[in-house]
Amino acid sequence: MAENTVKTSMTMIQALRSAMDVMMEKDENVVVFGQDVGYFGGVFRCTEGLQKKYGKSRVFDTPISEGGIVGVAIGMGAYGLRPCIEIQFADYIYPAYDQIVSEAARLRYRSAGDFTAPITIRTPCGGGIYGGQTHSQSPEAVFAHVCGLRTVMPSNPYDAKGLLIASIENDDPVIFLEPKRLYNGPFDGHHDKPVVPWSQNPLGEVPEGYYTVPLDKAAIFRPGKQLTVLAYGTMVWVSEAAARETGIDAEIIDLRSLWPLDLETIVASVKKTRRCVVVHEATRTCGFGAELVSLVQEHCFYHLEAPIERVTGWDTPYPHAQEWAYFPGPARVGAAFKRTVEA
Amino acid sequence: MSKGEPLRLHVPEPTGRPGCATDFSYLRLSPAGAVRRPEVDVAPMDTRDLAYSLVSVIDADGNAVGPWVPQIDIEVVRKGLRAMMKTRIFDSRMLMAQRQKKMSFYMQSLGEEAIGTAQALALNVDDMCFPTYRQQSILIVRDYPLVDMICQLMSNERDPLKGRQLPVMYSVKKAGFFSISGNLATQYIQAVGWGMASAIKGDTKIASAWIGDGATAEADFDTALTFAHVYRAPVILNVVNNQWAISTFQAIAGGEDTTFAARGVGCGIASLRVDGNDFLAVYAASCWAAERARRNLGPCLIEWVTYRAGPHSTSDDPSKYRPGDDWSHFPLGDPIARLKQYLIKAGAWSEQEHEETQKRLEAEVLAAQKEAEQYGTMASGHTFSPAEMFDGIYKDMPEHLRVQRQQLGI
Repeated sequence: MAENTVKTSMTMIQALRSAMDVMMEKDENVVVFGQDVGYFGGVFRCTEGLQKKYGKSRVFDTPISEGGIVGVAIGMGAYGLRPCIEIQFADYIYPAYDQIVSEAARLRYRSAGDFTAPITIRTPCGGGIYGGQTHSQSPEAVFAHVCGLRTVMPSNPYDAKGLLIASIENDDPVIFLEPKRLYNGPFDGHHDKPVVPWSQNPLGEVPEGYYTVPLDKAAIFRPGKQLTVLAYGTMVWVSEAAARETGIDAEIIDLRSLWPLDLETIVASVKKTRRCVVVHEATRTCGFGAELVSLVQEHCFYHLEAPIERVTGWDTPYPHAQEWAYFPGPARVGAAFKRTVEA
Repeated sequence: MSKGEPLRLHVPEPTGRPGCATDFSYLRLSPAGAVRRPEVDVAPMDTRDLAYSLVSVIDADGNAVGPWVPQIDIEVVRKGLRAMMKTRIFDSRMLMAQRQKKMSFYMQSLGEEAIGTAQALALNVDDMCFPTYRQQSILIVRDYPLVDMICQLMSNERDPLKGRQLPVMYSVKKAGFFSISGNLATQYIQAVGWGMASAIKGDTKIASAWIGDGATAEADFDTALTFAHVYRAPVILNVVNNQWAISTFQAIAGGEDTTFAARGVGCGIASLRVDGNDFLAVYAASCWAAERARRNLGPCLIEWVTYRAGPHSTSDDPSKYRPGDDWSHFPLGDPIARLKQYLIKAGAWSEQEHEETQKRLEAEVLAAQKEAEQYGTMASGHTFSPAEMFDGIYKDMPEHLRVQRQQLGI
C-alpha cells in the first residue's frame, strides 16, 4: 500500500472505475459485464473507458437478464475467472436472487470446495434521488440473511475503491452495494441545500494505484462519547449532520461490511457510550437494523442505559412525491439521538 | 367457433393415465436413417426441419443406417454398452439400498442411460458437464469410482461432500462433472458462462449443459439460450425430454404441438432432435455439436427424445399418474436392448458376453457398495462430524461461525 501515495480527487464513480481498472490490469482473470457497461460505460459512468482499454472480451454489454448475468458469472467463476458484474439498480436484482442465494452463496459449501464463486456483484442502491419505487431500494437485508455471501456498502470514494478491490480479490461472492446518492458527493439529507462535490471532501482524495480497505472492518467515522450510531452508506452522512445539529457527541460507526461484520468495534463502542441508535434507509421490519439491535442487546445488555433505537425507512414501498417524508433525514435521526441520550 | 362463445382454459393432459394406455402418436418420429446430416457450420435457421424430426441410426433390426452413422471405434461402442449396463445395475442396487434405509433418497436414470454415456464419450474429459440429477451415466462412463459415488449417497465418513448434500447431488471437478444443485435449471446458464470463459481465455474446452423437459419452463432455460446465442458460446445445450416432470406430462411444460428443439431454432441456435435411446445417434449428434462448438461455430441445442422408465425418485409412485406398463409401449424402446442388438449383429457382442458382463458388473457394484458401507451409513451414524457443518461456507471461517460451532460444543 505504501507506494500509492499519489492521490487524486475522485468522485465515488471515478473511484469505483479506478478499482476495476486497477484489478483488470493486475489480474487478467477479472472480467466486467452487465447492462450498458461496455461501449457506453454504464448508465452511471462507472465503467467508462474500460472496454476501450481492455477489449470486448473482458468488458462487455449483456442482454437485459439479471439471472443470466449472475448465472454466467458463476459459470465463469467455476472456470477460474473473477467476474465483477453490474446489476443496473439494486431494485432489479431480484430476478437473479435464485442464482445468488441458491448457487453463488452455496457453491463452495455444497461442492466441499470443488467449485467456488469468486464473483463481485456491484449494484447501485438507496434513495434520496426521487427514484420512486424501483430506483431507490436498499435490499441489503435480503443478502445479509444468506449464508455464504458477503454484503458490503461504502460511504465515500476512498472506501469505495479500497473495498471494491478487496471484494474482487476475495474468493467469496460479494454483494457490493453502491449508494448512488453518494456517487457525486456526500449527502447529509438536506435536500434543499446544494450538493457539495467530493472534490471538497478529504475522503474524495483517492490513491491512483492499488490499495485495499479490508472487508469485515468497520470505521469510526466520527468519534464520540454520548451514544453509538450504527450506520452505513448515505446514513453515515445523515448521522453526522444529526450529531452536528443536535450537538450530541455521537460516535458514528460506518459498518462498511454489513455481513460478516466487525462486531468487536461495535461492542467496544457501545460498552463505552452505553447507548445505541441504528440508522438505515431500508424498511424497518426484518431490516438489517433488527440484527444490529439483537447483536448489541446480546453483547452489551448490562452496559445499556437506554433502549436501542432504530431510525429507518417506513414499512412502505419507496414513494416518489413523499421522498423526504420517507427518507430518514437529519431531523428524524437527531430526534432519536435526543430520545436516546435523555432516556 | 361462433362469435361471443365463452372462452375456455386449455389444460393439456397426457393420453395415458393409470388403467388407460398412452397414445404415443404425439411423438414426432422419423424412420432410422431418414433425417439429413447437415455440415457443422450450418446456419441455425437452416436446422428448422431437424428440430421437428428425429435423428435415428439403429433401425428395428439392429442395423446402423443413414447419414448419421458415426465414425466410432467398435471398442468405444462396447465401452458404451458396458457403461450403460453398469449405470442400470448401479441404479437398481442403489434403489434397493434406499429401500433398506442405507440411504435416505435415490434417483434412477432407467431408460436414459444412453444419453449421458454417449455424449461423455464424444467429449474430452476436460470439457465440463453441467448435469442435472439424472446424468450419473456421465460419471460412470468417465470411470469415477463407484465407491466414491456410494459414499456420497450414504453421507458417510468418506463422502467427498462431507455429508452436506442430499444423495445424488454429486460434484466431481476432476471428472468434468459440475456440482449438482437442487434448484432446477440454474446450471444451464452457468454452463453457458463456463463456455464463455473458455472463449475469453482462448481455450479449446467446451461446456455441456443439461436440463429436463419440465425444467425448460424455468427462466434460466431461456436465459441460457439467449446468452449462448448472443455470445456464440461453445456449449452443447442438452434437453432430455423423458416425457415426464415428476407427475407432469411434457405437454404442461410447453411440449404440446411443438418440440423443445424448436425453441433453439427460435433463439437462433442450431438445433437437433435425436432418438435418445439410440446410442449411435446420441454419439453422432454429440460429436457434431462438439465439433461445431470447438470450431467457434457456436452453440447447439439437442432435444433427446426418451422415456423416464422408472419412478421420478424413491419418493415417487408413478402408478398414481401414468400407466404401469407405459415403458413397454414407448416406441423408442430400451437403449441397452437396442445397442446390444446392434453389437451382436455387428459381430462385436454376444448373449454370452452380455450375461458375463452383467454378472461381472453386478459383482463390481456389490463390491463397491460393501466397501462404501465400511465407511458407514447414515443409519450407522458414521458421518462427518457436525463441526464440518460450519466449514467451507466462506473460504475462511468468519467469527460468527466459529462462535456458533463452539455453541454446539465442538
